[in-house]
Amino acid sequence: MIAVSRLTKIYGQVLAVDGISFDVAKGQIVGFLGPNGAGKSTTLRMLTCYLPPTSGGATINGFDIFHQSQEVRANLGYLPENVPLYTEMRVEEYLDFRGRLRKMDRPSRRSRIDYVVERCWLTNVRKRIIGHLSKGYRQRVGLADSLLHNPAVLILDEPTVGLDPTQIRETRKLIKDLGGQHTMLLSTHILPEVEAVCDRAIIIAGGRIVAQGSPDELRASRRLTARVLVECRGPAEQVKNALARVSGVNRVELLDADGRAGDKFITAAVRPKEAYDVREEIARTVIQNGWPLREIRLEHATLEEFFVEVTAHQAVGKVEEGSAA
Amino acid sequence: MSRAPVIARREFGSYFRSPIAFVAMALFLVASGIAFLNDFEPGQPAALRSIFDWMIWFLVLIIPILSMGLLAQEWATGTMETLITAPIGETDVVLGKFLGSLGLLVVLLAPTLLYVVMLRIYGHPDIGPIISGYLGIILVGSLFISVGLFCSSLTRSQIVAAVASASILVLVTIVPWYIGSKAALPAFWRAAVDQAVFKRYTDFSKGVLDIGNIVFFLLTTGVFLFITVKVLESRRWK
Repeated sequence: MIAVSRLTKIYGQVLAVDGISFDVAKGQIVGFLGPNGAGKSTTLRMLTCYLPPTSGGATINGFDIFHQSQEVRANLGYLPENVPLYTEMRVEEYLDFRGRLRKMDRPSRRSRIDYVVERCWLTNVRKRIIGHLSKGYRQRVGLADSLLHNPAVLILDEPTVGLDPTQIRETRKLIKDLGGQHTMLLSTHILPEVEAVCDRAIIIAGGRIVAQGSPDELRASRRLTARVLVECRGPAEQVKNALARVSGVNRVELLDADGRAGDKFITAAVRPKEAYDVREEIARTVIQNGWPLREIRLEHATLEEFFVEVTAHQAVGKVEEGSAA
Repeated sequence: MSRAPVIARREFGSYFRSPIAFVAMALFLVASGIAFLNDFEPGQPAALRSIFDWMIWFLVLIIPILSMGLLAQEWATGTMETLITAPIGETDVVLGKFLGSLGLLVVLLAPTLLYVVMLRIYGHPDIGPIISGYLGIILVGSLFISVGLFCSSLTRSQIVAAVASASILVLVTIVPWYIGSKAALPAFWRAAVDQAVFKRYTDFSKGVLDIGNIVFFLLTTGVFLFITVKVLESRRWK
């Protein structure tokens, strides 16, 4: 449905997207994951024919993004980052305008607007002016617009950014529900989001695909990069050695020592060897040694740390060869 | 089928969602009313010469303001991205914006028809110059809007767009008028001034329908619309 081959974008001197290739099968939801500035939006903008690629190409629904731009755009629903809307228009009026732009006739406009308004929980703000709506509602208006013409392919750029937790949950559910009917490519910098809604994740950093895999593979490698923080009171070196002997522990670092000499609380970061939960063993060890335990906590890696680990271990699927630099 | 009318309709409607259209209308009515006082005097010819002569100054002032946001705002708010990723062409966008603005100009002019009615009631106006005067206004307005639209396509800032288009309009309208008002002028400059917008416009308000003048305005408007389309295309393919 979406086939991307060696897509590259250079802005002046800056290499934003560096020869990435991937495919998305019909009905799949693929998450495009990466830290800010990784080239996610640029890639999506190329796929939606907003920006021309410097080299390489892609087809959407069999149409070439460069030579058949009209057909690509007709088959595509796109929610840009930050959801630009005409704030002076009313919700229904805006959707009607978008429908007219897409050459939908009156009956199909009417029925599709009813459908997307219902689908995106906009029923009670239908007649409201977009500029008076909250960020969450605006996001839904943008989503409704992208669904309006029932496109084969949906491209959503950070669809849950700026929403509150309830809205995030609802939006993710909506995306998941839509998965069967539409092929979807969505970008995010939130790891759990990909795990929650996507069939597959493509991880991009520095304009290149560094890894891709299923949510299960992601989860496994994420556990690998997690660490357990232990805060207890005791002699630093002894604590460190004791924790290092716990089975399943790879290495232990002391982060910081806090408080007065003699009764010092220390924080140790424990990295497990494999996808293995070492918290119980650690707790037992600390208690057995009689060190007062203040906190024990599993900390997930930040996305950046995760990338470092992923690229080092090549844990998630196969690592794609970047194009020649 | 072109999507330009869809865009034109939205653009026209959006003028009335902000105070700008109403402010322009109020200013326009007050100013044209004052100008009409000149025409509507016993002993004066029953015509709208004062209004038409004066109108071009008003357009130099008001069109940059009405057209500044046409594309600059789309760039600034990012709506250009949703607009252009719909299956429409740049020509649709430019033409739609142009027609939307032109529609507003027509609405601004509409109340002045009342003056024509008053002249008919109290006198025997020569209808020819009135029609050619209106045609002149529409043609000059088209050119000015296309200049404004072009300036608006170059920047994200509405202020920059307004200042740029006002500068161009002053340069092609007021400056030649000022030079032309000097008695002694070398032949070259006299010829140049005769080609300028102001001179051509006054022909219309005098009731002279010169095919060359009509072609001049249609052509220059077309040129500005064309390069605006090219600006949009270049932005996209850069």
